[in-house]
Amino acid sequence: VERTSLLKMMEISVAEAEKRTGKNAVNMQETYTVYLIETRPVDAASEGTNPVPDSLWRRYSEFELLRNYLLVTYPFSVVPPLPEKRAEFVWHKLSADNMDPDFVERRRVGLENFLLRVASHPDLSSDKIFYSFLTEENGWKETVFETGFQAKADSRLKALNATFRVKNPDKRFAEMKHYGDELQSVISQLLRVRARAADRLYGVYKVHGNYGRVFSEWSAIEKEMGDGLQSAGHHMDAYAASVDDILEEEEHYADQLKEYLFYADALRAVCRKHELTQYELEMAAQDLTSKKQQREELATGTIRTFSLKGMTSKLFGQETPEQREAKLKMLETQIEEGEELVKERNAECEEFVKSAWVDIERFKEQKDHDLREALISYAIMQISMCKKGIQVWNNAKECFSKM
Amino acid sequence: MSGFVVDSTVSSGNSSVAIPTDISGQILDLDEDDDLEVFSKDTTVTDGSSFNASMQTSPASMINQYKFEEDAEDTKDIFVTVDNPESHVTAIETYITYRVVTKTTRSEFDSSEFEVRRRYQDFLWLKGRLEEAHPTLIVHPLPEKFVVKGMVERFNEDFIETRRRALHRFLNKIAEHPIFSSSEDFKIFLTAASGELTSYKKQGPGFLSRMGETVKAVAAAVRGVRNRPQEFTEMQEYVEAFSQKISSLDKVTQRIVREQKEYLEELKECGPTYALWSQSEEELAEPLKDVAGCVDRCCKETEEQVKNLNDNLIPVLHEYALCTDTLKAVLRRRDNIQADFEAKTEALATKKADRDTMRDDLDKAEDRLEWANNALKSDWTRWQKDMRTDLRSAFVDTAERNVNYYEKCLAVWESFLHSQRTDAEGNGNVDFS
Repeated sequence: VERTSLLKMMEISVAEAEKRTGKNAVNMQETYTVYLIETRPVDAASEGTNPVPDSLWRRYSEFELLRNYLLVTYPFSVVPPLPEKRAEFVWHKLSADNMDPDFVERRRVGLENFLLRVASHPDLSSDKIFYSFLTEENGWKETVFETGFQAKADSRLKALNATFRVKNPDKRFAEMKHYGDELQSVISQLLRVRARAADRLYGVYKVHGNYGRVFSEWSAIEKEMGDGLQSAGHHMDAYAASVDDILEEEEHYADQLKEYLFYADALRAVCRKHELTQYELEMAAQDLTSKKQQREELATGTIRTFSLKGMTSKLFGQETPEQREAKLKMLETQIEEGEELVKERNAECEEFVKSAWVDIERFKEQKDHDLREALISYAIMQISMCKKGIQVWNNAKECFSKM
Repeated sequence: MSGFVVDSTVSSGNSSVAIPTDISGQILDLDEDDDLEVFSKDTTVTDGSSFNASMQTSPASMINQYKFEEDAEDTKDIFVTVDNPESHVTAIETYITYRVVTKTTRSEFDSSEFEVRRRYQDFLWLKGRLEEAHPTLIVHPLPEKFVVKGMVERFNEDFIETRRRALHRFLNKIAEHPIFSSSEDFKIFLTAASGELTSYKKQGPGFLSRMGETVKAVAAAVRGVRNRPQEFTEMQEYVEAFSQKISSLDKVTQRIVREQKEYLEELKECGPTYALWSQSEEELAEPLKDVAGCVDRCCKETEEQVKNLNDNLIPVLHEYALCTDTLKAVLRRRDNIQADFEAKTEALATKKADRDTMRDDLDKAEDRLEWANNALKSDWTRWQKDMRTDLRSAFVDTAERNVNYYEKCLAVWESFLHSQRTDAEGNGNVDFS
């Protein structure tokens, strides 16, 4: 976690979750969850005084608003994703419910993670709206809308969804976009497969619980075998019960993968934005070129390109020198403006490419580090599961040998 | 003593047993069944060291003789294997034969090694003969006839292998049984050439006399037994309860195998997904490929574990489930023998004519009952001991294999961790706390 100036100042956490009921926009009763954001000045903790942290409650939709604002305001940043809105890739039907305490808990962790990611981002961490999200409970929504980001958000959405062809995209961005697509596809597949495997593993472990029951019943009719059977049965019960913890830990691993599944989307958005700026530059350049060509034709009297004007002037006679003069002057102005626009757009494009690529490189490093950690923690989980299995079955073996 | 198969079993059992020179005074008044002689004499089942020439052949003493069998392990003198299934095609049918190899030092065998080929029908025949000869002894079950799924199933490789193992166990149980192993039918089964066996099978009591016996058996069953001794009632209750438990265990284990197989199907897709991912990555490519490899290896181990359950635990549980049918049948037959005796007792009390013949019949019935009861009691003890040993070792084995499975998977993941650690140390990053 990068020690940004914000994080040097304060500690951030999402400490609790609570259910609330209230009237919504259409005056209907609804139940929703709110999350407690706590901030604590860093110095206080180190001084050992440990004062009560500042805190405020926010609901998921407010987090979404914050993120949308950041997406629009920092189009060249790979904006950290929020935890999923609805439970997907569910292995066990129980946790599909948004109100389920396990889901709420995992969401709380995800929201905290989101805040820490933003707080450790070199650009996003110094944003005022973000700061007030953490510190000002009332009126924050209004402040966000006052920035007028909504208008930009709408046009951004439209642009991102439009189809257009870019002639010379920066190759690196094209590759990144392709990578984003692949990452999204492969992580989705992995999450699906993992969820199905988890479901099956659950079944395997739980069926062993039946051994416990039958051994117990059987031990009642046996004399010498009774004790061994009974105690072996207890170990079978323990084995069956152990899968719950195992799968809960695996869920945490799945959450780590999900974060990068959603990050892939953010990455693609940045690449798309590049395409857009590049496209706008190309359009401006194209427009300029055609204007220059028109000027040339007008000046030299040669018509190289087909134009309705040209045809009509052929049919209805040439223009007067005064008309030509006026047209040329207009074109000159347009060309001047056009050149300004191209210069502007070019600068925009270059600026964007520079900033975005810096953030993309930062993101790449973060991703490589985090996912490697995730794989390692997955291995550690598997090891722990194996060790538990060895212990249980060794115990069972001992009991069986006393049968 | 009607109803028992005339059998030319040699009266001395074990070759290591010393046979007293004069046994005439101890022979029970049994005309036909030589098998019973094997039982009634001190010569039965004991090995030389525990033989006592002056031992009375009381029913009680017969029970004790079984206990000596515990030494049998060290003095095993017959080894039987069933292997090499082969398919035979004739104009009428296709069937499988198995090679049965016998190695023995017993003197009643003409040679020390025999190799014959037998089909399932032959095993069925042997079982039938042993049951007829010893209605209240417990014969180990045979694998079932093919599960109905069409002809094809019968010649499925797995089915044949499972059956072969079960047939092997069947013959070994017979060979280990104090009475059965000395059966002439058993000897013929192990040694006779196919043609000889066929003609031998054709001997035996005629169809009519067997019919007569069946009628009597049904009559006895209908009559019902009046004063069943408590111990046999307890046995029946135990068999009832045991039957439920063992069949539950069979079902649970089959369910585990099913779930494991389904888990394996899903797990098989994980490795390739990690491998696919590694193709899009640079820094992460190596660890992703390694994880893919680990998952694939764990898949192999899981496959192995499923196979183990199928090959080891399930057949044993299944056999003991089948045993309970045998036990129930044995208890029923004992009841019938008692019912027959009770009927004859009643008849003697009420009828006036033919008293002498009836008394004779009654005496025989009484002896038969006593013999049957003792046979059952002894064999019951033997069976329980066997059951305990078999099930204990099956479960211990299963637990061991599970430990092995987890140990192998553990090694796989630990080596991955190790490789990541050495990489990290090389790159100077990553905290492993």
